[in-house]
Order: sequence, then C-alpha cells, then structure tokens
Amino acid sequence: MSELNLAQALNDALDVALAADDRVVLLGEDVGVTGGVFRVTDGLHERHGGRVIDTPVAESGIVGAAFGMAIAGLRPVAELQFLGFAYPAFDQIVSHVGRIRNRSNHRFTAPLVIRIPFGGGIGAAEHHSESSEAIFAHTPGIKVVAPATPADAKGLLLSAIADPDPVVFLEPIRVYRAIKEEVPAGHYTVPIGEARVVREGADVTLVSYGAMLRDAGRAADTLEADGVSVELIDLRTLSPMDHATIVGSARKTGRVVAVVESHRSASLASEIAAVVQEQALYSLLAPVERVTGWDTVVPLKRTEHHYIPSPARIVTAARRTLAG
Amino acid sequence: MEVLRILDVDGSLIGDSPVDLDEARRLFAAMVTARVYDRKGSALQRQGRLATYAQFEGQEAAQIGSVAALRPDDWLVGTYRDAAAMWMHGYPWEALLLGRMGDERGGAPPAGVNVLPPSITVGGHMIHAVGLGWAERMKGSDRIALTLFGDGATSEGDFHEAMNFAAVYSTPTVFVCQNNGWAISMSRGRQTASETIAQKADAYGMAGVLVDGNDIFAVLTAARTAVQRARAGEGPTLIEALTYRIGPHTTTDDAGRYRSDEDVDAWRKKDPIDRLRAHLRSAGGWDEAWEGAIEQSASTEIEAAVAQAEGLEPFPADAMFDRMYAKPPGSLEAQRRLQGDEPG
Repeated sequence: MSELNLAQALNDALDVALAADDRVVLLGEDVGVTGGVFRVTDGLHERHGGRVIDTPVAESGIVGAAFGMAIAGLRPVAELQFLGFAYPAFDQIVSHVGRIRNRSNHRFTAPLVIRIPFGGGIGAAEHHSESSEAIFAHTPGIKVVAPATPADAKGLLLSAIADPDPVVFLEPIRVYRAIKEEVPAGHYTVPIGEARVVREGADVTLVSYGAMLRDAGRAADTLEADGVSVELIDLRTLSPMDHATIVGSARKTGRVVAVVESHRSASLASEIAAVVQEQALYSLLAPVERVTGWDTVVPLKRTEHHYIPSPARIVTAARRTLAG
Repeated sequence: MEVLRILDVDGSLIGDSPVDLDEARRLFAAMVTARVYDRKGSALQRQGRLATYAQFEGQEAAQIGSVAALRPDDWLVGTYRDAAAMWMHGYPWEALLLGRMGDERGGAPPAGVNVLPPSITVGGHMIHAVGLGWAERMKGSDRIALTLFGDGATSEGDFHEAMNFAAVYSTPTVFVCQNNGWAISMSRGRQTASETIAQKADAYGMAGVLVDGNDIFAVLTAARTAVQRARAGEGPTLIEALTYRIGPHTTTDDAGRYRSDEDVDAWRKKDPIDRLRAHLRSAGGWDEAWEGAIEQSASTEIEAAVAQAEGLEPFPADAMFDRMYAKPPGSLEAQRRLQGDEPG
C-alpha cells in the first residue's frame, strides 16, 4: 500500500501486468524511453525491455497492429496520446476491433486495451481536451472504462488487461496528478461494469465519472452544507453501463442529475436520463437534469472554464430538481 | 521495374519452374477448382441464394500462387475477393458460402486454420497482418503473415501505416497487391501516380517485386522468396501481381460503364489457367478427361458445401446478443428481452 496519484497507479498496474504475464505488450508513440506524454509508462521500458514498444506516430497503425497481436494471442495495451488524436484509429476500433468476435462467431477475439487520456481542464492545445467518450460507448463490441480515482484506475486497468474483450480505457487528464490516495500493492482488480456509490444520500442522486466526479463531489459538499442529502455515483464503466445502480438510486431519491464533461447532445448524460425515465419514471419527483459541456469545440485555455461544468452549475441543476 | 515472368502467355517456360510436374498439376487443379467455385458463386447470387458476390476470375494464379508458398500454420489476411486464397489455406467452401449467405458462422474457419474472415473494408486489414506476424515473432514462433489486397487499397492511409510499421520493425509480413486494374470504376491510374505499386516498397525500405500475376510460377517464386525472407527475420516484402478482374467489381456492379470489351478480351488471352494448361499439355501432364474430372469433382464438392450451408438453420432471433462479448453484459441482456417484443 502506498500513496499514489492516478498516473502512478496506472504505471503500477502496467508494471504488475507486464511482470505477471509475458503476453502483455505495451505499444504507442513515446511509451518507451520517454515513458509516455503523461509519464504513465515511465520506467517500464527499462524493466520490461522489448515488450514496451515505441511506435511511429500512426494511431490507426498502433491500434491495427495491436489488434493483430491480440488475435495472435498477445495481450497488447496500446496507448494513444490524447482522445483528440484517437479519431484516426476510430476506424480500426469501430470497423475491426469491436466486430471481430461477431464477424467470426467467437472464432477470433481481440483482447486488447486501448488507453487514451481524455477530457480537458489543463489548458492544453486544440485536440488535447476532447471528451467524446460517447462515440466509443456507442460502438458495439468494445467496453469503455473511465476511472476517477487512483485505486480504481489500477484495479480497472488490471481488469481491462485480463478481459476477454477489447477495452477502451479512458484516463482523466485533469486527475492524473491532482489527487493521491492509498493504492494497494500487487495485483487486484475492480470489476468492469459496476458503478460505485461514492456516498449515500436520500434527496438527490448525482451520477458522474472521470474528472467530473470530483466536481460533482464538491457540489455535493455545498448541497450537504445546506442540509441536502446527496447520493453520488461514479459510473466507472461507461459501456456496459450499470443501469441497476443508477435506477436503484433514482428510485430512492426521486431526483437525478447526470454530470458529464462531454458535448451535451447524445452524451452519456442523455443515456442516463433515458434509462432513468424508462425504469424509474414513477419514482421521479423532478425531471432528470443534465449538466454537460456544450455542443461546441472545447474552447482553448482562456475560456475553457466556461465549457467544463463547474460545481456551481451542478448545484444549480440539483436545486432545480429539489424545487419541484 | 522488370516484371518477373516464368510461364509465358503461350504457356512456354521462359525461366526456372519453381515446382515439379506433380506440384504443377496440383496447382492447376486448385485453380480450376477455384474457378468452378467462382462461377457457381455468381450463379447462386443470380438465383438469389447468395448476397452480393465478388468474382475473382482471372486472379486465380495470384491467389493460389501466393498461398502455395505458405506453411499451413502461417496467417492469411485477405479480402472479400480472396476466396480462392482462403480456401487454398484451409478455409472451407461451406464457410465461404455461409459468409456470402449472410451468416456469421461463415467468419469462423475450423480451429488451426489461421485465416481471418475476409475484410470488407478496403485497406484496414493489412496492418492486422503486421500485428499477427509481429506477435508470432514475440512469441518465439516462426509463423509469418501474408496479406492480400487490391490496387485500390494502396490509396488508403492504412496501406502506408502497415508498410511503414512492417518495415520499421522488420515484421514477418508478405504484402501481396493484386493489381487487378480497377477499384470498382476507378482505374489503377487514378489510384497512384507511381509507375508501379511495387516501387513503393523502396520508400518504406523493404523489398519490392513486380510479377506477372497471371503466371502462377512467377507468383509462387516471388512469394516463396518473400516468405523465406520473412521467416528468416529479414523483413517484409511487397509483391505487386499484375492481373485483371475479368468480372465486374461485384454482382451489383456494371463494369460495362467504365471499361471496354476489348480490354477484357485482351486480358482473357492471358488467362492464368489457359497458360498453365498449355504448359502441362506440352510437358505431358494434362489431358481433357483429367481436367473434366477435376471440374466434376469440384462441382460435386462445392454443391455439397452449398447444400450444407443452406441446410444450416439460421440463428435464432436473439443470437446476435451472444456474439458481441465473451459474456453478454446486463444491459445487452435487457435488450435481448426487448427483442422479444418483436412478434414471432
């Protein structure tokens, strides 16, 4: 057990996986000698040599080659540097990775992990702050995971590497170094497909994931200071989504606010709202609220804060549900 | 770039044959069998028994010759037009037919047959062959991967990424471009301004070979050299096989809109089967009855495969949910239950 930030916890997970299984291979641009743009693979090249591979900058090539490796029996973990750079690889993900099990009726499978930093909030350049996770969650045949904390990040990544199906593993850029917590040493897993109830409450449910979970937590603090009892749910897995936990909470509190950083239309917040109205409509005391980014390109540093939902916006939306 | 040719258009040998007479007869039988399948495929499509079908007539030497250089445990990654190659490498006719009938079981060759289901997208599959061969080398195996694609695929970005990765990491990959002149209606001249596709290998730092793709001896010779190089750790090779698709792009395409009958006729005179037949005849290894028997036996075998594929019950309504993941997640199981809303 040691205090690690999210980047260090992921590094630890990769180290554990590489040490435990010769089939695990890391590949991506700068993952080797440099240790990755966010240093998630720092030191792994020295410790695991030829299984940590620096590649040309070619996202389709990285994912396509990892896909071939996975079919041949390896357990590749591909890194793409930013979600905004993942679009060239999207063709491989949607046209091949997500389909091979179906296309071959289970004869061929591609158990690979595609790690991609996502979200903004660090004042990065254009294309570096994307939060387009919904397009991956919309893609059949892959799983999409987005941890919010260091301990979850390690356990979920080890689950993803062991998973028999391909996993797109989204890492919240804003959280990489923002928080530290106790992370168990060695191998452990956090199950894919299970949301976590971060705190229990009775009046309103906040559902979030990734970097937004911390803002939702801050909003919950504000609301609780006013005597509102908040239930906070961390989705952790975006696809398949844990409907039971969301719906169970909606039935209990009668009020739901979905908090995501991504563009508003057709986002995971839209999906959360749909699931809640399908399965908990008669428990609802107010319409489901969505707190989201906007249907705009993510603004650059000086105005980015107008895009990313603030705790104040979350509080306002929660209060609207409470007023009803 | 010089074109490698061993068997001339009239069937005379102008180089060293890579095979003895028995093996040449086996290759001939394979090409004839593949053509029987191809013609049946078109006929079945016209009868509405297959969905869209992509003919490969004229490309038998390019496909059979490439695959004849492989070991049975090597990988093959091809496209919708590569049924002859896939069959030659162990993919059953029944599975190929099932795929065209619109049944996912067609994508599942038997265990031990290392052939991926055909790629329908153009170009994306070449990089998979790079990954497959690369993984084999990392596992300590000497299996290699061969990938087939058309001239149109060389216009795709993934062609570049696959070639570049293969050369940079010296992966055991053999790239076989069946330059069949057309990508649907777009001629080879509209795909690239390069004089040849084979010369592109130079830019990536790998071997490039231009062969007469209707000469099975030339294709086999080039493929054998490439496979040996790959297996020996000497890196990838790009082979450009100059050939021609005699039929349209698929059964939904009208090739008469964009190319002339004279062109097609000129290429028919270079037919790969005619060429090997002429050679075998002069070597005393061919007679009409023998070819008739091959055709007859191929026809029987393929008809049996058609019957088997058509006799297979379609998947039940909800089986699509079973193939997406190793274990369908709860949200998908919920959708399976909703699927039950569909009346009978």
